[in-house]
Amino acid sequence: MSAVAAPERDPGLQPERTRLAWRRTTLSGTVAAVLAVRTALHGGASATRLVVGALCCALWLGFLLVAHRRIHALAATDRPTALTPRYAAAAALCTVALAACASALVL
Amino acid sequence: MIELVRNVRLWFAPQRIRAEGVTPDYRFSLANERTFLAWLRTALALIGGGFAVDQFLPDLSRGWRVGLALALLAAGVLCSLRAVNHWMRCERAMRRGEDLPVSRFPALLSLVVAVVAVAMVVVVLVGWEG
Repeated sequence: MSAVAAPERDPGLQPERTRLAWRRTTLSGTVAAVLAVRTALHGGASATRLVVGALCCALWLGFLLVAHRRIHALAATDRPTALTPRYAAAAALCTVALAACASALVL
Repeated sequence: MIELVRNVRLWFAPQRIRAEGVTPDYRFSLANERTFLAWLRTALALIGGGFAVDQFLPDLSRGWRVGLALALLAAGVLCSLRAVNHWMRCERAMRRGEDLPVSRFPALLSLVVAVVAVAMVVVVLVGWEG
């Protein structure tokens, strides 16, 4: 039986589902960042708009880094530890900063 | 409000969460993490919606376009801040063996989304006529 051969495997695939949730969230962030760059380039590409657009890309990279490190931590052990508040706050703050950049671009 | 400030301090002090109660089954923590990520995706979708209103409804008057976009962006900000706060509260409740916190935020968010959607339909219809 495979259950005997691999007793540590979580039958609910929780780490995998969590990894895919991070991937989905990164993908949503990518869509938002692409829309941000489109908005920045549209309607007269002034220096300020380009800087804000570049900032959105940097925020996307920041989110990607958080997701990458968390996915790494999930894959490292059979019993992954809970997400730390610092990572959760970093991911949420990237989103908030993206919204702030967005309102600067829209106004 | 004071509760919120105390929670914000906890965001950056993970060791204080670990000091409380017992570590729950890792699967519960991962489920909580996925819920947090789902709320974050909702926030990102609202922000994307804000961009979309600005970019893809060029016939609207500037006031309406900026107003709708800012409403969606503000909802996105609230959603992500609330996501991390709710995640923290659930994590602490699980460590202490308490009931999970209840929230009226989902109801409020659905009302806001419904109002924005109706406003968009009205504004687009009126905008096309005028």
